[in-house]
Amino acid sequence: MSQRDYFGFDTLSLHAGASPDSDTGARATPIYLSASFVFRDSDHAAALFNLEQAGHVYSRISNPTVAVLEERIAALEAGVGAIATASGQAALHLAIATIAGAGSHIVASRALYGGSHNLLHYTLARFGIETTFVNPRDLDQWKAAIRPNTRVLFAETLGNPGLDVLDIPAVADIAHAQGLPLLVDSTFTTPWLIRPFEHGADLLFHSATKFLCGHGTVIGGLLVDSGRFNWDESGRFPELTAPYEGFHGMVFSEESTVAPFLLRARREGLRDFGACLSPMNAFQILQGIETLSVRMQRHVANAVRIAHFLAEHPMVASVSYPGLSSHPDHAIAARLMPRGCGAVFSFDLKGDRAAGRRFVEAMKLFSHLANVGDARSLVIHPASTTHFRMDSQALAAAGISEGTLRLSIGLEDADDLITDLKAAFRAAERG
Amino acid sequence: MRIELDHRQAYAYTGGKPLLGSRPAVVFVHGAQHDHSVWILQSRYLAHHGFDVLAVDLPGHGRSDGPPLSTISDMADWVARLMREAGIGPALVCGHSMGSLIALQCAASHPSQVAGIALVGAAAPMKVSDALLEAARSDEPRAFDMINGWSHATINARPGCPGPGFSIFVQNRRLMERQSPGVLLNDFSACNAYDKAFAAASAVRCPALFVLGGRDMMTPPRAARALIAALTESAAAGSISAPRVIELAGCGHALMSERPDEVLDALRGFAGALPFEASAQSASA
Repeated sequence: MSQRDYFGFDTLSLHAGASPDSDTGARATPIYLSASFVFRDSDHAAALFNLEQAGHVYSRISNPTVAVLEERIAALEAGVGAIATASGQAALHLAIATIAGAGSHIVASRALYGGSHNLLHYTLARFGIETTFVNPRDLDQWKAAIRPNTRVLFAETLGNPGLDVLDIPAVADIAHAQGLPLLVDSTFTTPWLIRPFEHGADLLFHSATKFLCGHGTVIGGLLVDSGRFNWDESGRFPELTAPYEGFHGMVFSEESTVAPFLLRARREGLRDFGACLSPMNAFQILQGIETLSVRMQRHVANAVRIAHFLAEHPMVASVSYPGLSSHPDHAIAARLMPRGCGAVFSFDLKGDRAAGRRFVEAMKLFSHLANVGDARSLVIHPASTTHFRMDSQALAAAGISEGTLRLSIGLEDADDLITDLKAAFRAAERG
Repeated sequence: MRIELDHRQAYAYTGGKPLLGSRPAVVFVHGAQHDHSVWILQSRYLAHHGFDVLAVDLPGHGRSDGPPLSTISDMADWVARLMREAGIGPALVCGHSMGSLIALQCAASHPSQVAGIALVGAAAPMKVSDALLEAARSDEPRAFDMINGWSHATINARPGCPGPGFSIFVQNRRLMERQSPGVLLNDFSACNAYDKAFAAASAVRCPALFVLGGRDMMTPPRAARALIAALTESAAAGSISAPRVIELAGCGHALMSERPDEVLDALRGFAGALPFEASAQSASA
């Protein structure tokens, strides 16, 4: 499935999508803060609106700075294109809304980020889109859950909260055997750690807020299409293969053999839902991507060191990091993610909810907040924050204990992070 | 639209507009291992600006049933039959790469159906290197990588195709992957074996346009010089204007996606000056 890229990963990270500005010579990508763009004449205007010519009309649909980001992530993921969105959640919504509607069904991993679970389980259900959640490690569950009205299979490359490593080739095979695409959330891994299209995924998205941006500054999402899924052959997607009255009867799969999904997602999804990315945010994410591989190597190296430190600590019941041989997906992680398993993971502190709270409050370098993928190290205690309403039984059902802590390992000196963790253990133990 | 031809289903994109049969017609012919979608912007524009458009999928390519045809002459005859079946012509026949040879041969073999030819990324002879032929024979993915690398002068083309936010480089790779195994070797073998370009040029009696990429590594501009000279000589003999040659500086072989507007401008200007009606009258006389 692999192919030769035009340039290597690091070169693409710096140059894909961007050339020196033809008008000013600016070497960095300019921030085009312009809501709209002047037509050369009335004919040019009509041609742009009708997809007869390429160009920018209005920044909700496309923008020069945002396009650089889209083309850069497309190059890094080896996708036929991308759409930048206001957030990762907007990217997930755009993916689903482009190929599913009332009466459609989704099969999704149950090991999902809480926001994605909410969208599928509660919000999309309100719009008539039903989701069956399955254990991502159980291939039979994936197969059994598929129905005639299923439109997509969805999972995270590294699932929440236990970092289940998705067996992308196996789940993709199940999807493709039924004429369905596999959509993955690749936020935790980034294209540096895994390129899901090389393993059979068809669509992917990122919360670019996390490692792609890398500095915890802006919110953004990216939806990328591999261009490999044959929507015509599947026969399940009239949204892409039959005339669309919302765009002059356009049949997207006739317009573009390999990118009809993105054509519709942009021409309908961005136009009508409007969750576009600001050019200012696109610039910040581009700045992050320029150093992606360098940062990810350091994130992973620090994470591995800290995971080993925790695994050997007497106050730790377990560490859920696929880079450790104790993790149930260690072997598959080594196969699919040889560069490492990212820098976000959970561990279970021996002790109750109060111990977890003392642990977090004693930390000085780790910031207590609800985010991951920052250059700074982060921590959150689900039992006293995101899941504080749940009793211990409900927490256990969600795969969380009262002492579960999630870490996002940053780029600091690992020794300093370990010193911070040691102090937190002492505080938790003191009671 | 789908047309039954030779007891097989053929597909041609009509630019989002139905064929009327009464308008000047433009036929687009793709190159090796491609389909109609390489012409997407140019074909859609002209269909919405007064032309009947037929962007074909050659047999065995895209949505047209196989098997692929094995010679350029057979492909040219097939295009001419498709035009008749669709009820269009005489037409401007635009061809890219292998398609340019098909357009040339079509004009020579079926002069009454061709009002002009636009040869985009053209060369004659169109010899394929032994290394590439061998890769097409034994390792198609490697051949795709070779072609894709040599076909693009940049991956950062503006304004993008079919619009901003798309990768022209990866789209081309995926489009090649989409064709059936063996098609690439068939197409390259047809290009390699085609030795009638100069005989065809001497028979052409319609205006010709060349659109060439200044940094095209597949069909560099120098590889089109002999054909330009032959068509110039032929034009003089037929008392028609010499071929128009437009070289897009810095552009690679993927001209329609790297420089969609310039290619459109070239085609639009050329089509606007063609005597479609006169061709039709002489064809019916």
